[in-house]
Parts: sequence; C-alpha cells; structure tokens
Amino acid sequence: MIASVGNGFILEGVRQLGSVAIFFVRLLGECVPALRRPRLIVHQIYNSGARSLIIIMLSGLFVGMVLGLQGYDLLQRFGSVEALGTAAALGLLKELAPVVTALLFAGRAGTALTSEIGLMRATDQLTAMEIMAVDPLRYVAAPRFLGGVLAMPLLVAIFSVIGLYGAQLIGVELMGIDKGAFWSQMQGSVALRNVTEGVVKSVVFGIACSLIAVHEGYHAAPTAEGVALATTRTVVASSVITLLLDYVLTAAFL
Amino acid sequence: MRANRTLEIGTGLFVLLGFAALLFLTTQLPANGLKLRTAKSGYHVEAEFDNIGDLKVGAPVTMAGVHVGEVAGIRFDSRDYKAVVSLRIDPQYNQIPEDSFASIETQGLLGGKYIGVSPGGLDSYLKEGGRIEQTQSAIVLESLINKFFASYSSKGGGDSQSQAADKQTKVESKK
Repeated sequence: MIASVGNGFILEGVRQLGSVAIFFVRLLGECVPALRRPRLIVHQIYNSGARSLIIIMLSGLFVGMVLGLQGYDLLQRFGSVEALGTAAALGLLKELAPVVTALLFAGRAGTALTSEIGLMRATDQLTAMEIMAVDPLRYVAAPRFLGGVLAMPLLVAIFSVIGLYGAQLIGVELMGIDKGAFWSQMQGSVALRNVTEGVVKSVVFGIACSLIAVHEGYHAAPTAEGVALATTRTVVASSVITLLLDYVLTAAFL
Repeated sequence: MRANRTLEIGTGLFVLLGFAALLFLTTQLPANGLKLRTAKSGYHVEAEFDNIGDLKVGAPVTMAGVHVGEVAGIRFDSRDYKAVVSLRIDPQYNQIPEDSFASIETQGLLGGKYIGVSPGGLDSYLKEGGRIEQTQSAIVLESLINKFFASYSSKGGGDSQSQAADKQTKVESKK
C-alpha cells in the first residue's frame, strides 16, 4: 500500500515535515552550546536584523501611511475620524507589523541564509567541517537560526512604531485630525495584551521563517540549481506558513 | 578589526532601536502604561463636572470648533464627588472670558469626548490656575435612551396621535 504511493506527493510532503521537525529538535539541542559563541550570533543578528532595517522602516512608513489614508476614508463616512489612531494602532500591532515584517524577512534575510548555507553545502564546506570534527549544525546553522529569532521581534517593534508615525503623518498632518484626539483615543483602547499579541506573533514567525531558511539551505541539493530551488522554496514556504500561523495565533488570542 | 567594529556598532544600533521601539509600544500606547509627557507651554484652568463620561487625558479643548488646548489631567474630588478636569490652553488664546461655559461633547456618532468652551461676556479673562464655573456634564447615551423609554412607557404606549394629543392637553393644563 505504502509502496504504491512510494514517491507520491503526500508521502513526500510528510517526509519533508518530518525532516523539518527532526532538524528543529537537533537545532534546539545545538542552540545552548551555540550561545557560548555570542560573537557568531551577533554577526547573524547584524546580517538578518541590522541589514534589513532600511527595508523594514521604509515598508513600515508606507504601510502606516496607507492605513491612515484608507482608515480616514472609511471612518469619515461615520463621522468618527478620530478613531483612526485606534484603528491604525490595533491593525499595525496585531496584524500588519508581524505579518508584513515576516514576509519581508523571508524575502530579505531568509533567502540570504538559504543561499549562503546552500552554497556552503554545494562547495563541500559543511563536509569539510565535519571532517575536522566541527559540528556545522552548531557553528553554522544554530547561530543563524538564533540571529533570525532574536532579530524578528525587534524588527516588528520598529515596523509598528514607524507605521504609527506614518499613520499620524497622513491622519494628523495631511487630513487634519486633532493630534490629541488621535493619540488619546489610541491610548484609551490599546491594551498591553494587544502589544503582547504582536510580540508573540513576531517570535513565532521568527522561529518559523528562520527554521525554514536554515533547513532549506542545509538540505539543498549540492548544485547551482539545487541552491536556486532551495531559495525559492524558502520564500514560498515561509510566506505560506506565516499566513497560516497568523490565522491560528489570531484565533488563539481572541 | 575595522570591519568587526562597524559590524558591532551596526548591531548595537539595531538592538538599541528595537528595544526603544518595544519600550515605546509597551509604555506609551496602553492607557495604564507610564506616560512621559513633555511639558508644553500654555496656561492651565480647572473645571468641575458631575460626569465626564469617557473623557480622556489628551482630548482636545475647542472653542467654536477650533482647537485651543487639551485635557491635561483628570482627578476625582472626593469632597464634592465631582470630576475635576485640568485644561491646558495654548498661550495665544489668552482672551477667554472668565464666565465662559464648558461642556463635554461627542465627536461624531461614535467618536470620543472632547470639551467645547463657549465664551461668556465678562471683560476679565481666564488666567493660570483659573476656574470655569459653568459646566455641563457628558450626555450619556444609555441614560438618555432610558429616559426616553421611561417617559414612553409611563404613558402606557398607545399610538402616536393620541400621545400627541396627550401632550397638548398636558401643556394646556399647565397653562
């Protein structure tokens, strides 16, 4: 029975899932020893976080501005444009900042991770490390994973704050909503729970996106085509998993 | 060594920025968080209200629809059981008559509360530490609806025409 679908689509999917799960457990085991080399992790935070800063800030600004524009257009029909602050803050904190940041992270940092590790695999660098009794999982994969996981919540927080000021730029400066009303209504209706929801989402997305990127690179076919394929799979899988997890987490927090 | 230095500075800046953003989100956004209020210029006046509804600190103060200041603080006067609202008025609006009238109004249908000030007729103006004596409380929609239904049901329902007639006779009997 199993043999008949031996190379079947479903079995291949299950195999992939199992491979990721096993890799995740092994990676977690290597994370603690990896912490003893903080310099490696700092380097990866720089690669995944600091170098994504410009694109995150620019996207945050424009997402906030669009939110301000759309929210204003909608709210003015009900004559309550002052609620724009609330709408922008809740929309950014709970949904837009974690999801858009995760998608951008997959495209900007995830692909870099996958192709870097994939090329290491293709040029036999990982095999060379193994021969020298250096665990590539500990010195290559784990720092990159940890760097991504640590960078994501910070990127999401920066995205949220820039987005809020983008919404204020449109709502207050351009459309003329009262600044005090904009902020006081926002502060009146945003609870600490909403901020926590965004942070939890960002941590989960950070784990998912970094895990997929590192896994795909680590298991890429050692050819130029294999690395290209793995990079593509990273973006596709990260984006789909992010949106799927977003629904699950939103449902859990309601 | 040089490249290492820029890397560390870059990472440090990124982490600093990230935690600053997190701090901002957790302390500045929720209403129960710490507030770092920058002292703004202007003068403060107080007004007592029986009920302020859901008026919040930071809500605008307007005259004739123009923003002239904001609500700087709200406290409860435990002797009179009233809400004391501190208003910060922008310095250029220094000619508000002392006997002005402050009322709590609602922005739009679903909007938040704000304070509308209608000018009085005196020649002396409000100054720092002044007090607006005449105030009108927030209109609470629920109590308004309750009042409406109470007055409606006390008349025992009936069709609108008989009610109108009822009203007429009441007015006449009052005369």
